[in-house]
Amino acid sequence: MEDKPVTTDKLSTSKDWEPLIVAFFCNWCTYTAADLAGVSRMGYDPNVRVIRVMCSGRVDPQFVLDAFAHGADGVLIGGCHPGDCHYVEGNYKTLRRYLLLKRLLRELGIEEGRVRLEWIAASEGEKVSKTINEMVDQVRALGPLRLTRKFKEWDAELAALEAEAQSEEVEVHA
Amino acid sequence: MSEQKNGQVRIGVYVCHCGANIADTVDVKAVAEYAATLPGVVVARDYKYMCSDPGQELVQEDIRNLNVNRVVVAACSPSLHENTFRGAAERAGLNPFFVQMVNIREHDSWVHSDREAATEKAKDLVRAAVRRVYFHKPLEKRRVPIHSEVLVVGGGIAGIHAALTVADSGKKVYLVEREPTIGGHMAQYDKTFPTLDCAACILTPKMSAVKAHPNITLWTYSEVVSVDGSVGDYKVVVKRKPRYVREDLCVGCLQCIDTCVFKEPKFDDEFNMGLSKRKPIYIPFPQATPKVVVIDPEACIQLKTGKCKKSCLEACVERGAIDFDQKESYEEIHVGSIIIATGFQTFDPRRMPQYGYGKYPNVYTTLEVERLVNASGPTGGQVVTRDGRVPKSVGIILCVGSRDENTNRWCSRVCCMTSLKLAHLIKEHTGAEVFIFYIDMRAAGKGYEEFYQRVLNEGVHFVRGRVAEITDWALDPSEEGKLVARVEDTNTGFVRRIPLDMVVLAVGLEPQADALNVQRLFGISCSLDGFFLEKHPKLAPAPTYTDGIFIAGVCHGPKDIPDTVMQAGYAAAEAIALADTGYFELEPNTAYIVEEECSGCKSCIPLCPYQAITFNDGKQKAFINEVLCKGCGTCVAACPSGSIKQNLFEDEEIFSEIEGVLAYAQ
Repeated sequence: MEDKPVTTDKLSTSKDWEPLIVAFFCNWCTYTAADLAGVSRMGYDPNVRVIRVMCSGRVDPQFVLDAFAHGADGVLIGGCHPGDCHYVEGNYKTLRRYLLLKRLLRELGIEEGRVRLEWIAASEGEKVSKTINEMVDQVRALGPLRLTRKFKEWDAELAALEAEAQSEEVEVHA
Repeated sequence: MSEQKNGQVRIGVYVCHCGANIADTVDVKAVAEYAATLPGVVVARDYKYMCSDPGQELVQEDIRNLNVNRVVVAACSPSLHENTFRGAAERAGLNPFFVQMVNIREHDSWVHSDREAATEKAKDLVRAAVRRVYFHKPLEKRRVPIHSEVLVVGGGIAGIHAALTVADSGKKVYLVEREPTIGGHMAQYDKTFPTLDCAACILTPKMSAVKAHPNITLWTYSEVVSVDGSVGDYKVVVKRKPRYVREDLCVGCLQCIDTCVFKEPKFDDEFNMGLSKRKPIYIPFPQATPKVVVIDPEACIQLKTGKCKKSCLEACVERGAIDFDQKESYEEIHVGSIIIATGFQTFDPRRMPQYGYGKYPNVYTTLEVERLVNASGPTGGQVVTRDGRVPKSVGIILCVGSRDENTNRWCSRVCCMTSLKLAHLIKEHTGAEVFIFYIDMRAAGKGYEEFYQRVLNEGVHFVRGRVAEITDWALDPSEEGKLVARVEDTNTGFVRRIPLDMVVLAVGLEPQADALNVQRLFGISCSLDGFFLEKHPKLAPAPTYTDGIFIAGVCHGPKDIPDTVMQAGYAAAEAIALADTGYFELEPNTAYIVEEECSGCKSCIPLCPYQAITFNDGKQKAFINEVLCKGCGTCVAACPSGSIKQNLFEDEEIFSEIEGVLAYAQ
């Protein structure tokens, strides 16, 4: 299903550009901490969109890649502190995957600062606000990732190359 | 399926104002108007209070009249009202799991002030939910049965009250206490504020009631060492430490103590805060429950060297209760719910060397003075300094280890009243001049302010100021041989030096030193200060985020005895209600295997902390036991062939959410 076209491309000029962060928060610690930040009115930058999962262990590396591929400038993963996982050790699995994922992202040319894993306990509302602000500042400094646009550009480049190759072929045959 | 008429997805979006809570920061009308333009949305409404009856009625009418078969509610956190709206949908005939909450209050209006940005964020989140809910499936709730037995951890007044309440309702209770006796801190107090009734007189009958109750199994000198399972069926292993005296044979005659080869008590008596001595074989205090002696393996010659006359054995030869070969043993129990009431420790004032505790012998803590004024205490109720003098002037310093950026930031809540009580008792016992050094007097509670007025009228001196230091450095003859409190009296603006014979530090309450271990053992959370975290600070102050585990007393945060008893009763009521209901409904967020796609690689099997995944050798496929699966989704994320799925958190649902929040960025 496709949305109706967005009338204004808010991100068309770099002046207007604001980083967009997708966050995956575990239900028991970090999501609850974000609720606490809300209840305690600990303000933070509005650039983050939180997606709730039961455990940070549910965060498939594909989610992170998908977020980047669809235009996220940064991805934040929040889980329980080591030893505090509601599901015993899901967060350890997250950590292992995260370390591998970071290497993969480096290979893909995505800066390390665009992805972050943070342990935030249910009582650490302040840490939610601090982490998000830090992340937004960091990603703002890195600038837009704009993979969606790059995909289009790459597609165009490929198409151009193809066209060139075809015309050369025509010449050869001629 | 009735809710999928024509197989068409018909989404209703409901945006809540939450009074002004959301509407002040988010343009809710604009969000609803935007939602109405999204594919699949047949109706989008905004309303002042969506959770109210008329609000829920809006949703239900649309389900009935407009054939809405997916519901998106943009309001508060799902932890607050997800069940409310699921219930509303269910009553209108829609499977409750077709509802998706969008958190535009805690995660949006309450943390942002830029109206435009907050509104854009709300639109993004609503769009994500609209895309997500498209993939929702009808699900069945899972019910697990509840064992009616309840475990209470900690035998202070909180644990005692909770255990008695549950036991009185006819359920079986296990009360586990790590000390040799129940009673906790309350047993050490002399009087209780503000009524001045004697702590032992009101506590010891409850202790005996615990021992005598047919529904209570009391295990003292025992600790919980492992907890497995979940709400309804927790498997708990309790370690029973050897006390070298058989509980079933000892009658508490105490003759063994008299005949011990140590003629004089030589070891610090923990119950009296080291102000008196005990023997290696001892009973903590006369009303200890159970009234069974215990042998300290660190002090007993037989246990240390194996070379003792063992005169205690001779004294107990008929009963044969003493058993030097006793070993620790383990008990395994199954309980439906657990009440944690592990209490507190008092602040160690050595951390504030300016007050000279441990350096000057006549600097005491409030707990030590409780023992001094107690008639069965180390001095038989005489308030005397360590050198045996009756003090002529006593200073009580408040907020030692409380309300202090350098130590603990919280108010310990009981020290003001404890100090007023001790001021009254010291004056009564000695006639001394008593000074109370305070920052603010906090006497909020039934009869508390009246007690404060009474102590004021008794002529206790109140000096408003934080004491800078206690010193024995005399500047003039009136200070010779005394301790001097240097303090700025902020009411008069003068720095004063007040000579004192005795200084009492009103030490604050702290989480137990091993609270973190307890937290991890039971899988609950701690607040930033280290006290256990409740599910909701106002509306659920005894349940925790772990279903079937409740907290009571000071392990949850500083509180006085009446508040502790109330919370313990509340925790007990929750445990009783759970047991009486007989079942608990779980989220149906379990994982399952799509067999056709499983390659049998076994990657998932070691990932599951609950051993819910097994391998079917015949089929060469993995299998998930739904009863054991807790729904974390770790295996789902790990499956290389994508053949594990998780209900409520399907890949399609999460991908559509990701793409939904990012639609603008494309």
